[in-house]
Amino acid sequence: MKKVLAILLALVMVFAFAACGSTPAEDDGAADAAELTVGFIFIGAINDGGYTQAHYDGMKAMEDYFGGKVATKYLENVNDSDKQASLDAARNLIDQGCNVIVGCSYGFMDALDELANSGDYDDVKFLHFSGNKMNDKNFGNFFGAIEQPRYLSGMVAGSMTKSNKLGYVGAFPYTEVQIGINAFTLGAQSVNPDAEVKVVYINSWGDPEAEKAAAEQLLAEGCDIIAQHSDSTGPQLAAQDAGAYAIGYNYNNPVAADAYLTAPIWHHEKFLIPTIESILAGKWTPESYYGSMSEGYVDLAPMTDLVPADVQDKVNAVKEKMVSGEFEPFSGKIEYADGSILCEDGQTLDRGQIWAIDKLVKGAVGVN
Amino acid sequence: MNFIRVTKRDDLPVRMEVIIRLVAIVLSLIAAGIVILVFGVDPVRIFKSIIEGSLGTTLRIQQTVVKAVPLIITSLGIMVAFKMKFWNIGAEGQITMGALAATWVALFMSDSMPLFAKLLLMALASMVAGGLWAFIPAFFKAKMGTNETIFTLMMNYIAIKFVTYLQYGPWKDPNSNGFPKIAPFPENAILPSLFGVHIGWIIAIICAILIYLFMTHTKKGYEIAVVGESTETARYAGMDIGKIIIIAMFVSGGLCGLVGMIQASAIEKTLVSGIANGYGFTAIITAWLAKLNPVIIIVVCLAFSMLIQGGAYIQIAMNVPSAVSSIVQGIILFFIMGAEFFLQYKVGFRHNEAKEVA
Repeated sequence: MKKVLAILLALVMVFAFAACGSTPAEDDGAADAAELTVGFIFIGAINDGGYTQAHYDGMKAMEDYFGGKVATKYLENVNDSDKQASLDAARNLIDQGCNVIVGCSYGFMDALDELANSGDYDDVKFLHFSGNKMNDKNFGNFFGAIEQPRYLSGMVAGSMTKSNKLGYVGAFPYTEVQIGINAFTLGAQSVNPDAEVKVVYINSWGDPEAEKAAAEQLLAEGCDIIAQHSDSTGPQLAAQDAGAYAIGYNYNNPVAADAYLTAPIWHHEKFLIPTIESILAGKWTPESYYGSMSEGYVDLAPMTDLVPADVQDKVNAVKEKMVSGEFEPFSGKIEYADGSILCEDGQTLDRGQIWAIDKLVKGAVGVN
Repeated sequence: MNFIRVTKRDDLPVRMEVIIRLVAIVLSLIAAGIVILVFGVDPVRIFKSIIEGSLGTTLRIQQTVVKAVPLIITSLGIMVAFKMKFWNIGAEGQITMGALAATWVALFMSDSMPLFAKLLLMALASMVAGGLWAFIPAFFKAKMGTNETIFTLMMNYIAIKFVTYLQYGPWKDPNSNGFPKIAPFPENAILPSLFGVHIGWIIAIICAILIYLFMTHTKKGYEIAVVGESTETARYAGMDIGKIIIIAMFVSGGLCGLVGMIQASAIEKTLVSGIANGYGFTAIITAWLAKLNPVIIIVVCLAFSMLIQGGAYIQIAMNVPSAVSSIVQGIILFFIMGAEFFLQYKVGFRHNEAKEVA
C-alpha cells in the first residue's frame, strides 16, 4: 500500500505543479473576434509536400481571404483508419469553439456521419472531402473532377515514355483511385496507343516507405515514368533516384526536380471560400460539391522545362477544351480490360456513371 | 561500464520512494519544458493546458474516460499473465480475435435479436475467442516449455493479417465501391452510452473489481501468484503448474478479447484490422507502472489517457505540431519509468572489487 500512496502523491504533484506555477492563460484573441471558427482534420503532416499540404494551403488561403472574420484550428496526423481518433479529433475541435468541421480524408467519413446525425451537434456544420455520405441538415461533402488533370498528366507521360510502360502507385483498388488510373491511361493512350499502365496498390492512402517501395518495384519492371495516387513525395524521389520521370499528385512540389514533370493538383480554397461565405451569410445547405477545371478547383500544375514545348502545346490545347467544356476524359468508346464496355461511341459519362467505375480500362493492369 | 555497480535494493523506506518519484516528475517536467521552449512555446502554459484539456469540461473528461476504457481492461488482462511471470505480449492479437468473434455475432446473427441478448452473446464470443487465442501459446508453454514472449507476439500478426484478409476478401462490404471495409454493425449490436460515454467504462470497473477479488480472494488467484514467485515452490506444494498457466492465460486473453468487442461495438461499429490500435502494447506499460495492482491500473490508465487527450488539446489550442505533444508524453513517461529502475536497484561506483573481476 505504500507504493499506492506514493504513486497517488506523485500524480497529485503533477497536477499541483502544473496548476500553481502557471500564469493566467492568455485567451486566443483571434478566435474570439472571429464570427466563425473552422476546424480541419488532416490525415498527414501539414508540411508533407503532398496531400495534406494541399489541404492546409487551401485552409490558409481561405483564412486570409476572410481577414480575421474566420479563424481556423486544425489537427494533423490523425489516423483515418482509427475511428476513435477521428471522433476525438472532431469532438476536440468542436469543444474548442469550431462551428464548422472539415474532414480531409476519406476515412473520416463514418466518424463525421455519426456526429452530424447524433443530434448533439446540430449547430455544427460538417464538410467531408472525397466521401459520398451527407444529410440534409448539417453534413455535406466535396470533391472534384481530378480525372480531368489526370488525363492531361497521362498525355504528358504517354508522350515522354520510351519504354511505353508507365508505373502508377495506387492507394486502394477503390473507385476514386480506379477513376484516376483510367483517366491517366486514356490520356496516355490518346497520344501513344502502345502505352501501358502498371499499377501497384499500397493499401494505404499514404505511407512514404510503402509508396517508395511500390515505385521501385514498378521501375524494376521497366516503367520509365511514375505517377501516383498516394499522399507523399516518395514515388517521385524513387523515380529521380532511378533516373526516371515522375508525375506527382495533389500539390505542385518539385522536390524531385530532376524527375518532376507535372502533377494533377487541388485548389481547395476554390471550394472553401464560397462555402464558408454562404455559411457566414446563413444561406448554406448541405451539398455534394464536384469542382472541375473550369472553376479552377482541380488543375494541372505548370509543366516543368523537362517537358518539350511541342508536348506542352498539345496538352494545353486539350486543357483549353476541358476548361471550356468541349471535352471530357470519359467520352467516346472506352473498353474495360476484361472486354466489357465502359462508355459507348458518342457517349459522355456523367458523374454518377464515373463514380460507378469499378475496374481498370484496357491497357492498365493492377496488382495488390 | 565496469566502474558502475548496480545492485538490487532489498527494502526502501517510503520516504525515499516518494522522493525518487518526485525527483523523476520534476526532472521530466524540466526536460519537457526545455524541449517546449525550443519550439518557442511557454512550457507552463503547455502543462496547464494538458490538465485543462483533459479535465476542463464534462466533454473533455468523457474523452479521457473513453480512451482509458480499453487500456484499463487490457492492462487487467496483461496483469493476470504477468503476475505469473508469463509474458503475454499477445494482447493485440487477443483483442483482434475478440473483435472478430463479436463481429461475426453482430453481422451474421439475427438483426431482430434484442439488444441485450445480442451484446451478451457478442461479449461471450469475444471472451472465448480472445481466451482461445491466448490458450494456444499457454498450452505449448505448459506442455512443451516454448517461449511465450515470441509465441504470443507472433500470434498478433496472424490475427491482424487474418482480419485484413477478411476486410479485403470475403467480408468486404459490397456497398463500399470497392473500398476494403467490413459492413457496419446493425443497431442491435451497438453498446449503449451512460453519462455520455459508452458503458464500456462500467464494464472496466466491474472487471477491475472481479480481477481484484479473483487475485486476492480465490485459490486460483493465489496459485497464479505462487507460480509467478517460484515454480519450484508451486511444484513442491503440489500445484498443477500447466493447468494454472492455461487457466490464467484464458482469463488474460478473455479480458483482452472483451476489449475487442467493446471497441468494435462502441467505437468502430464494425471490424477493422487496426482494431487493437496498440492498446496491447501500451497496456504493458500501464500494467507495469501500476505494479500489477488492479486498483492502481485504473489510476495509471486514467493518467495516461489524460496525457493523450491533453496532447490533442494543446495541438489545437496552441497550434503546436503534433510531434510536440508526442515528445512531452514520451519524456514524462521516460522519467517515470526511469524512476522505477532506481526504486528497484541501487547504483554505486565500483572501487576495489572491480580489479578483482578484471
